[in-house]
Amino acid sequence: MALLAYTIRRLLMLIPVLLGMSLIVFAIIHAIPGDPALTILGEKASPQALADLREQLGLNNPWYMQYFHYLGNLLKGDLGVSLHSKAPITVEMGPYLAATIELTLVSMLFAVFIGVNAGIISAWKQNSWFDYTCMLIALIGVSMPVFWLGLMEQWVFAQELKWLPSIGRDNPRDPVAEITHFYIIDSILAGRWDHFRDVVEHLILPGIALGTIPMAIIARITRSSMLEVMRSDYIRTARAKGLGQFFVVYKHALKNALIPVLTIVGVQVGLLIGGAVLTETIFGWPGVGRYIYTAIGNRDYPVIQSGILVIATIFVLINLVVDLLYAYVDPRIKYR
Amino acid sequence: MSQPVLEIENLQTHFFTDRGQIPAVDGVTITVNKGEVLGIVGESGCGKSVTSLSVMKLVPNPPGKIVGGSIKFKGEDLVLASEKRMREIRGNEIAMIFQEPMTSLNPVYTIGDQIGEAIRLHMKVGKKEALGRAVEMLKKVGIPRAEGIVREYPHQLSGGMRQRVMIAMAMACNPELLIADEPTTALDVTIQAQILDLMRHVNKESGTAILLITHDLGVVAEMCHRVVVMYAGNVVEEGDVRTILKEPKHPYTIGLLNSLPKLEVSQERLYSIPGNVPIPGSIQMGCRFSPRCEQADDKCRTQMPELKTVGANHRARCWMT
Repeated sequence: MALLAYTIRRLLMLIPVLLGMSLIVFAIIHAIPGDPALTILGEKASPQALADLREQLGLNNPWYMQYFHYLGNLLKGDLGVSLHSKAPITVEMGPYLAATIELTLVSMLFAVFIGVNAGIISAWKQNSWFDYTCMLIALIGVSMPVFWLGLMEQWVFAQELKWLPSIGRDNPRDPVAEITHFYIIDSILAGRWDHFRDVVEHLILPGIALGTIPMAIIARITRSSMLEVMRSDYIRTARAKGLGQFFVVYKHALKNALIPVLTIVGVQVGLLIGGAVLTETIFGWPGVGRYIYTAIGNRDYPVIQSGILVIATIFVLINLVVDLLYAYVDPRIKYR
Repeated sequence: MSQPVLEIENLQTHFFTDRGQIPAVDGVTITVNKGEVLGIVGESGCGKSVTSLSVMKLVPNPPGKIVGGSIKFKGEDLVLASEKRMREIRGNEIAMIFQEPMTSLNPVYTIGDQIGEAIRLHMKVGKKEALGRAVEMLKKVGIPRAEGIVREYPHQLSGGMRQRVMIAMAMACNPELLIADEPTTALDVTIQAQILDLMRHVNKESGTAILLITHDLGVVAEMCHRVVVMYAGNVVEEGDVRTILKEPKHPYTIGLLNSLPKLEVSQERLYSIPGNVPIPGSIQMGCRFSPRCEQADDKCRTQMPELKTVGANHRARCWMT
C-alpha cells in the first residue's frame, strides 16, 4: 500500500520534471539560429510565401504564446505535426520508438546477463585466470568506441564471414504486418518463425555493439559489489549452515550485491534509449535517435522537442522502476 | 568415559601473507567431552577465533590454511575430510554462532527462510515443514510471537533477539557441538545474561557440547565446566573452571585474573599485564609469554616449556610450576 502511494507520488513528481524539461528544450531550440519557413519552402521561395508560412506556423507569436500553445497540445497527447513530413508526430514516432526500445532491451538483456554473471564468477574466483580474463575484456569493452566496434562487427561477421546481416531490422523484401512495431512480437503474431529468426539475426550485431559498454560496466560493478558482500558476516553464517558455495554466492551474496548493479542498469538503459544514434546510424536502424538526428538537419522543431521530451520521460520512468525494484531487493528500504 | 566429541591435536593454522607465513594457531591441543561446556579464553589475537573457524574449516583460504595437526570430531579427522563431507557436518553436527548478531544474519531474507534453510538442507524436509520447525525453534529460544517473527527481516529485531535467532538456527538440526565465538560480546549486560542462560539451558536440555570462546572471565565462571587459556597461538593452561579461577598456575592466567576489578578491595588502578600480545610468529625462541612475564629467567627466554600436568585435570605451560 505504501508502495502504491509512493508510486503515485513519484508519478505526480514527473509533471514538474517534464514541464522544466519541455521549457529547456523549447528555449534551446529557439536560441538556435535558422528559419523553419525557409527550410520548408527552400531558398527560392518568395518573401511573401515565407511570411505567410511563418504566420501560419505561429512563428510570429511571442515565444511564450508558442510555448503555451505547444504545452496545451501536449496535454491533449498531441505532440504536434512534423514541419517536414506534415504527419502527426505521435503517429510518426511510434515505429521509431518501438525500434529503439526493441534494440535497447535486447542489448541490455545481453549486457545484464553476461555482465552480472561475469562479475559474480570473477568475484567468486577472485584472482583466477577467469577473473583476469573477464576484467581485461571488461576494460577493453569500456574503452572501445561504439562506432568502431559496430564497424568491426559488420566487417568480420557480415562482410567476411557472412554469418549475420549488417543493416536494418529485417529483410525489407519479406515484411510482416506491423501491429506493435516490435518486430519480434509482430513476427510471432504473424506466426512467421522464419521471419522471427530473421529479426533476431538482425538484432545480434547492433545489440552487441550497443550492449558492450554497459556489459563491461555492469561486470565491473557486480564484481566489486560481490567482493565486498562476500566478506560479510552473514556469508560466513551461510557457510556455517553447510550451504554449498553456489547457494552462498547466488542466493545469499547476489541479492545483497544487486543494489549498485540495479542503479547502473537503470542509468544505462536510459542512456541507451537516447544515445543510440551512432549504433542506429551504423546499422541502418530506424530508431528515435536517428529520427531526432534527421529532424535536427531539417530544423524540424516540433519533432526535436517531442523526441527529447519522450526520451526524458522514459528516462525518468526507468529511474522510478529502479527505485521500486530497490524495495523488492532490499527489505530495509521503505518508501513513505 | 565415552569418546570425546572433539579432539583437536597439535593444530597449526597459518596465514600466508605478503609479510610471510604467520602462525595464528601454533600447536593447539583441545578436547571437548560430551555434554561439556568448554571455555577458550585469551586476549584478542591469541588465535581462539581461528581455532574455532578451523574446526568448521571456514578459515578464509587464501590466506589461511591448516598446515598441521588433526581435528577429530567423534573420531573422524576433519582436516582430511572433503568439502562435501564438511557441508554435511556444518550446521548439522557442528553449528556455530558468532559475535556480531547485527551483521550475522542476511538482511534480505526473512528469519524463517534463514532458519528453514539449514533445516531443509540437513533434514531433507519440505518448505512448510521447515518453517514449522523454525517456529518451534524460535519458541524454544524464548522468542515471543514466533509465528510472526519468521516472516520478518533481521533489521526488525533487536541485537538480543537476533542472537536468539542465531542460536535457534544453530540448534535447529540438533548439533552435537555448538561453537559460540564471543556470543555475548556485542550485547548489553542484561541481554548477555539472558543469552548465557539460554545457552546453558540448551546445553542441559539437549546435551549439546559447547565450545565457548570469550575474553570475559565472568562468562567463563558462569558457564563453563572446563577452561582453556590461550596465548599467542598456544594453549598455556587448562583445567577445571574452579581450579583455574582459584589456583591458576600460569603467570598469564594469574595476570588475567588480576586484571579483573574486585568489589571487596578498593583499587587505585586496575592491574594490567605489561606489554602487548606479540604479533604471531614474532617470538621465535623460548616461552611466548616471557617478554611480558615478571618471573621470566634465561631458561624461559630460550626454551619453550611443554604443557605439563600440575594437578588433577590441570595442566600449564610454564617452567616455574
